[in-house]
Amino acid sequence: MKVLVFLELDEENIRKSSLEAVSYAANFASQVTALVFGSTSLEGLNSIGIAGANKVLQVTNDRFKQPNIMAFSSAIAEVVALENAETLVLAKSSTGDSVAARVSIKLGASLVSNVTEVPDVSEGFKVKRSIYTGKAFAITELSASLKILSIRKNTVPIKTDGATPEIVIFTPQMDEADFVVKVLSSEKITGQILLPEADIVVSGGRGLKGPENWGMIEDLAKALSAATGCSKPVSDMDWRPHHEHVGQTGIKVSPSLYVAVGISGAIQHLAGVNSSKYILVINKDPEAPFFKAADYGIVGDAFDVVPKLTAAINAAKV
Amino acid sequence: MKILVCITHVPDTTSKISFIEQNTKFDQNGVQFIIGPYDDYALARAVELKEQLGGTITALNVGTSETEPTIRKALAIGADDAIRIDAEPTDAFFVANQIAHIARTNAYDLILMGRESIDFNGGQVHGMVGALLGMPSISPVMTLDIDGNIAKISREIEGGKELLEVALPFVAGCQEPIAEWKIPNMRGIMSARSKPLVIVAPFSDLVRTTVNHFELPPAKSGIKMIDAEHIGELVDLLRNEAKVL
Ligand SMILES: Cc1cc2nc3c(=O)[nH]c(=O)nc-3n(C[C@H](O)[C@H](O)[C@H](O)COP(=O)(O)OP(=O)(O)OC[C@H]3O[C@@H](n4cnc5c(N)ncnc54)[C@H](O)[C@@H]3O)c2cc1C
Ligand SMILES: Nc1ncnc2c1ncn2[C@@H]1O[C@H](COP(=O)(O)O)[C@@H](O)[C@H]1O
Repeated sequence: MKVLVFLELDEENIRKSSLEAVSYAANFASQVTALVFGSTSLEGLNSIGIAGANKVLQVTNDRFKQPNIMAFSSAIAEVVALENAETLVLAKSSTGDSVAARVSIKLGASLVSNVTEVPDVSEGFKVKRSIYTGKAFAITELSASLKILSIRKNTVPIKTDGATPEIVIFTPQMDEADFVVKVLSSEKITGQILLPEADIVVSGGRGLKGPENWGMIEDLAKALSAATGCSKPVSDMDWRPHHEHVGQTGIKVSPSLYVAVGISGAIQHLAGVNSSKYILVINKDPEAPFFKAADYGIVGDAFDVVPKLTAAINAAKV
Repeated sequence: MKILVCITHVPDTTSKISFIEQNTKFDQNGVQFIIGPYDDYALARAVELKEQLGGTITALNVGTSETEPTIRKALAIGADDAIRIDAEPTDAFFVANQIAHIARTNAYDLILMGRESIDFNGGQVHGMVGALLGMPSISPVMTLDIDGNIAKISREIEGGKELLEVALPFVAGCQEPIAEWKIPNMRGIMSARSKPLVIVAPFSDLVRTTVNHFELPPAKSGIKMIDAEHIGELVDLLRNEAKVL
């Protein structure tokens, strides 16, 4: 099966979740072509091959530098036809969601998002996807001949045994109607691990009493090479930025380890972390509901436990 | 200003999820249904925009007669009228097709949705409707301001946000902090009863996906409690069991 993978960039690097999408595709495809918009380092391009792509199409035209949902969708539709791809794979993300939906309409494709496993093609074409915010799965059948799969982050390990890919510069056709949404500015944290992508997340809740106490959360995150998150009241009170808010109405994460400090474990918060492999809860109240959803628990005062844990992890690393 | 707000009828965020009939059907027993939380943000912003600019708000739901209390709630919050497309919404393309059909005949200036439904979490319908109508689709939208024919939008991106400008009409998938959820007051609830709710048959029955069956995640194997005085035990577990160190 020929599979096309749409990649996203962070600065000049291929996003971790996009490399996961490449490796996901390589698990069942005979030929994986990846499409990337924007300039990347040679190392970045090679990482796509190592993750499992045979070929990389790179769009270097300046007008595709800014993420543009409509223009990306048109270009992807063009490449699917050119490459005779039977399946399009991408990582679920704020841009990926809209791109996948628009391409599915352009090409009459079946689209499933939040996919967590490689397709079952023994009879028809079925995938497993996460639904009810991680509380269940639906085994879903795709009936159109072209399939689009949007992959949940952190579900596939990135392959390390691929080869250097063939790299081809691609110039899509352009339609001015695809450029009607103007990007006036964008702001983005740099040099930090992005929360939705992170393999480990350390989150703090109202139990931390105030924004001035986040230093110990950041120190623990640093020791674990983790991203930081928070509960909704914490971002509502502006102790932390909105893009750190985890839960039903915020970011959904699926890390290997989720550490919750001073968070009670309300069901709306749990909805964002259900898909974590391991959960560690630190809370002074032994009755906190979060313990019921956790793998590891410490009952204690965060102000005492967290610095001790950070020190123990740092000591264990050397 | 004519605004269309698309709302879902979904289990309350605290619902226990389980299935019946050999795992082919959602078990509604004891489940309370609500307007999707993101759709609630979309509706709240629509009410604010109407207060500011005038116009009308139409609430739209693709669903069976069971969804009517949820639609009435949207009318109580501030929609002027509502449309229910009488069908079980099992596939995003099916739903998008219905919404696009209504939008083609009514020329809305703005189509507001939630960033995603909280049952199937697809985040697809707004993009599909945008593509079907040949309009921009923007999601997840954190702020939305309109001046004349032009909207200024901030959209969440991974680890940040971007500021966009676009002319009406377009489709937006909304999330917080676009507006505060609105709680219907007594007058709203009374007037909702007499507001028009039109029921229409689906315009097409095409679907592109079907659910074969549902599964629940494996149960957690139980928590290991660690004494705060023996933090080393936790470090061992993180290294040898969770394998994150
Ligand atoms: C529709 C809806 C959607 C929602 N969406 C979200 C969402 O997406 N994400 C979200 O997080 N919430 C969401 N909420 C809110 C949610 O219901 C809870 O109110 C919220 O998660 C509570 O945040 P918290 O645990 O930080 O605070 P609290 O509930 O106040 O809990 C604080 C915890 O800290 C502990 N604590 C206090 N001091 C210490 C200390 N010194 N050391 C250790 N522990 C300490 C306490 O024992 C307590 O368990 C939503 C609510 C609704 C109605
Ligand atoms: N059955 C439906 N009826 C009306 N609107 C819907 C329906 N399903 C989805 N939507 C809208 O589309 C948005 C995204 O849904 P989804 O693509 O299912 O995550 C929702 O927040 C709603 O605004």
